[in-house]
Amino acid sequence: MSLNLIVLAKQVPDTKNVTGETMKEDGTVNRQALPAIFNPDDLCALELALSVRDLYGGTVTIMSMGPPRAMEILRDALCRGADRAILLSDKLFAAADTLATSYTLAKAIRKLGMPDIVFCGRQAIDGDTAQVGPQLAEKLHVPQATYVKEARLEDGHLRVTKDVENGYEILRIPMPALLTVTAGIQPRPPAVKRLLKYKRVKTIFDLQSELKEKYPDLSKEELDRKVEEETRALAERDLLIPVWTAEDIGANPERIGLKGSPTRVKKVEGVILRGGESKIIPATEAGIASLVQELKAGHILS
Amino acid sequence: MAENEVWIFAEQEDGVLNSVALELTGKARQLADELRTKVGAVLLGYHCEALAKELAAHGADTIYLADHPALRYYRTLPYARVICDLVREHRPQIVIYGATVVGRDLAPRIASELWTGLTADCTDLQIGDYDDPFTSRHHDQILYQIRPAFGGNVIATIVGPNHRPQMATVREGVMKLTPADNHRPFQTIPVTPRITDAEEVVEIIERHRTEREVDLRKAQIIVSGGAGVGSKEGFDLLRELANVLGGAVGASRAAVDAGYISKAHQVGQTGTTVRPRLYIACGISGAVQHRAGMQESSKIIAINTNPDAPILSMAHYAIIGDLNQVIPMMIRAYRGH
Repeated sequence: MSLNLIVLAKQVPDTKNVTGETMKEDGTVNRQALPAIFNPDDLCALELALSVRDLYGGTVTIMSMGPPRAMEILRDALCRGADRAILLSDKLFAAADTLATSYTLAKAIRKLGMPDIVFCGRQAIDGDTAQVGPQLAEKLHVPQATYVKEARLEDGHLRVTKDVENGYEILRIPMPALLTVTAGIQPRPPAVKRLLKYKRVKTIFDLQSELKEKYPDLSKEELDRKVEEETRALAERDLLIPVWTAEDIGANPERIGLKGSPTRVKKVEGVILRGGESKIIPATEAGIASLVQELKAGHILS
Repeated sequence: MAENEVWIFAEQEDGVLNSVALELTGKARQLADELRTKVGAVLLGYHCEALAKELAAHGADTIYLADHPALRYYRTLPYARVICDLVREHRPQIVIYGATVVGRDLAPRIASELWTGLTADCTDLQIGDYDDPFTSRHHDQILYQIRPAFGGNVIATIVGPNHRPQMATVREGVMKLTPADNHRPFQTIPVTPRITDAEEVVEIIERHRTEREVDLRKAQIIVSGGAGVGSKEGFDLLRELANVLGGAVGASRAAVDAGYISKAHQVGQTGTTVRPRLYIACGISGAVQHRAGMQESSKIIAINTNPDAPILSMAHYAIIGDLNQVIPMMIRAYRGH
């Protein structure tokens, strides 16, 4: 069997490391000040896809929508064992909410050809919405299973184990299907041989800026020609990550980016600490005893 | 639009309503009163009509009841089919869901089919006006969907001015449960589901359920530990205090991540939101993530060796000291000697 597997991943700011300096004065987060990482649940999705491929055969394509810099996680995925990577990048995609994002991803997946299984992380740590997976499944008209921790094939169907509120369920799902994968699957590390190969992988964005720096005096036409040449050379050596734009995937401009997003951010506020009313209690027998008395008198303790 | 109803998804399992369904009903009642409209509860299942009364007691006027064998257990496709059909027929202006495993699976599927907005994990919902800077249009009385973002570091207000219904999932335990009134009149509208083979493709082969280890949402006193507890054994002292006071044991994400205690005990943005009468934070520094889940506790005691720990400034009572000394003092003081 040759399975066609797609993994969707997002590069996210490392929200665990938000400090005072990363908060702007207006209470919004300065994304630039945060390290950008492979969204943790998406790494689990990649691992599950790779393990399914290793068991049954096939190819794993990793795809990400994001700015040029998002190629970093695609390179990482190639080093960990993905067979192919595609970056969806276009200024028109910017400020998309989950619905516009799922539309964009669905268009890109259809261009690629309908896969057998689409793997997503359960949620991304910057938004924690967990919405793109189910929305994408609906856009592709395929069944979904969320919070998945195990998947295998059984007579042409998927057999998945998924978490529910107080336990778990085992589902049987026909393919094609979309799975969102929950944290807890240990991703394999990058392989040394692949690291050596894919450290040289590039996108057209990388070539454009490198060549511009190398040949500052070239005209735009000459530069474009050079970029095209180098792009072809890289592709021949399997070192090019293709970049797809809104036009490439045939996206309706009304459905993508901010324009295609039904939700709007009305206001963002920094979280303000409640303070100024703390009563300091001395850490002594007497101090604690009087605190307990006060709580008993106030019917907080009975 | 004032006549269009405010709906909630009444999640149930095995004939028992998820408590978030009743929390949502109370919130929907408040929103509907402000909008001068009715509250509809969408109840799907098999032999679950008895739950209608409970929903009505908490504020629902109309129960849309889809009672069908194919709906006995939650499955995405049949549930989404029934709710999308209902929404298209009755055109509610707002639909809210619990941000449970089920709600977070179902609501985005519906939002995509209806091509409408959806905001995840809201901690508050309000009604207000909105001037859209893109279209320069004014919108009266739309839904403000308020949620933490960026790991709880900011609070965002989201609106969906141009699409209906306006939809959101709401965190469990965040909306206060309103008292039940068992005499509220209500109407049940039976719904005949149109479920085809296309929605029946996913089969549940096995279901495994375990008892909740601890239900922090119901605890009136919570003794909670963080990284400062230092070890799995360190939690024994917290358990002792919780036992003495008649409370439950909670934990910060740091303590759970360190493996001191199970995830079921986690308080905070990615754990449970609690608002007990008394919250005792032991060795918890007070990351935003954690504070978001406990800041509405009536009284907060914080015990920490670090005088600069953020938790101390938000606590009503700040104790700068070692929890291993302070907790035994509390136990002795409570026992009265």
